[in-house]
Amino acid sequence: MKGETILTVDDIHCGYDGVPVIHGLSLTVMEGEIVAMVGGNGAGKSTTMRTIAGLMHPTAGRITFKNDDITRIPAHRIVSMGLSYVPEARRLFSKLSVRQNLEMGAYTTRDRAEINARLDRVFDLFPILKDRANQIAETMSGGEQQMCAIARGLMSAPRLIMLDELSLGLQPSLVDKVLETVVEIRNSGVTVLLVEQLVQESLEIADRGYVIQTGAIVHAGSSSELLASPEVRKAYMGM
Amino acid sequence: MSILTQVVLDGLWAGMLYGLIAAGLSLIWGVMDVLNFAHGEFLMVGMYVSFFTGFLFKIDPIISWIAAGAFLFILGVLTYKLVIARILGKAMAPLLATFGLSMIIKNVVLNRFTPNFRILEGTLLEGRSFMIADVIVPLPQFATALLSLVVLGALYLMLTRTRFGWAIQATALDKEAANLMGINTEQIYLLVFGIGGACVGIAGGLLPSYLATHPDVGTLFGLIAFMVVAMGGFGSIPGALIAAIMIGLVESLAGFYIGPVYKYIAVFGVYLIIILVRPKGLFGW
Repeated sequence: MKGETILTVDDIHCGYDGVPVIHGLSLTVMEGEIVAMVGGNGAGKSTTMRTIAGLMHPTAGRITFKNDDITRIPAHRIVSMGLSYVPEARRLFSKLSVRQNLEMGAYTTRDRAEINARLDRVFDLFPILKDRANQIAETMSGGEQQMCAIARGLMSAPRLIMLDELSLGLQPSLVDKVLETVVEIRNSGVTVLLVEQLVQESLEIADRGYVIQTGAIVHAGSSSELLASPEVRKAYMGM
Repeated sequence: MSILTQVVLDGLWAGMLYGLIAAGLSLIWGVMDVLNFAHGEFLMVGMYVSFFTGFLFKIDPIISWIAAGAFLFILGVLTYKLVIARILGKAMAPLLATFGLSMIIKNVVLNRFTPNFRILEGTLLEGRSFMIADVIVPLPQFATALLSLVVLGALYLMLTRTRFGWAIQATALDKEAANLMGINTEQIYLLVFGIGGACVGIAGGLLPSYLATHPDVGTLFGLIAFMVVAMGGFGSIPGALIAAIMIGLVESLAGFYIGPVYKYIAVFGVYLIIILVRPKGLFGW
């Protein structure tokens, strides 16, 4: 069920050390959608995600989440507003256990009953994590670590979760499983903004998509439109 | 045999105190990659707080360590807020800045309180001891060691068993990812500097029960703390305690069996050997 606009990124410009990376990028995400942002390496996908998450701030433009202007709000405050970001390369707290990582995902709440309820929910979604709850995060396999990273992102009970390059470093069979999980997350009522280099696979599970190239959106539309677009197929799927 | 036991126990008491002094330094390094060069001077300030609390208000160091810990917590927080936060992540700048801070603290104390050695007389534990078989246990050193161990244990439990402790560890492991969890990492840094200060403040607060207070007293303790942290592995609290006890034992054994003038040669020699064999310290990774 698609609802109101939950995220609006309006003409943002940003970069690193004065070097511009994103040039006037705009996108919207509606409640209940899976939106895929796809593009090649270095296109600016992760920079866009980092900017939305508050890890860096745009030099121009505006970001609105649930009608609140979050353009200048720091990352640690954005989480409690209901926007969660699972960064590229998992970024688990390597020396902490799975359970401790998950607890940190729910750091913004102090209600023990609520934290336990959230733990139950993520253990339902990823049963393997319950078995591995006391295992140190860095000792798990890549696939398990990815599940833990997604589960940690869900522990803040977000309205919108941004998933950055979930497939990175995973074997193909695991990629399919992780993408199936993304659909389950959306079906549970959490809106998903997915960033991927695997253009076809991510568009296949998404409602809409944006194609980003050198810091700007070059194609936008429904997933079926983008999958049918000769330009997109030639440039990003090698067809 | 009783002499050896006596010497070993003396080293153990000293080592446990060194452990607490080094814990604050280790914590700050482990979380923020900052070496607080003014750590020894923090200890000296803690001693002065305890000394004057005892001298002016007749409060014994067995109580006034609380005031010293609180004072140094505030000094740690101010040091972070006014100095470290402005230069964090800029290569050697925090080390060089805290070197300057150490000189300022030492000279302010020298100017205000003169270089005189100040001895707090009539403390509750002064001159008291008890016997275990035929071994003498001096009560001031024993109480200081015991309280050091209790504070270290509390610090360790806080870091490993509480959500706040996990948030400190998370910040140390990946600051940006910690931010994404909703952890205010700036606040964590501020509190870590405060806690680091409080640890060394508590140690300094206990010391006037058996050690004279003067502006240079922190220099050697500061050096020993650096050694302990490097030997134990930067950021490891259990490593710091074990290294501290090793240093205490070497100091005591060498001081008795070789000669007092050689004890620091032995201590620094052991330090050098360990760093050559394990550059990341005994428990570093």
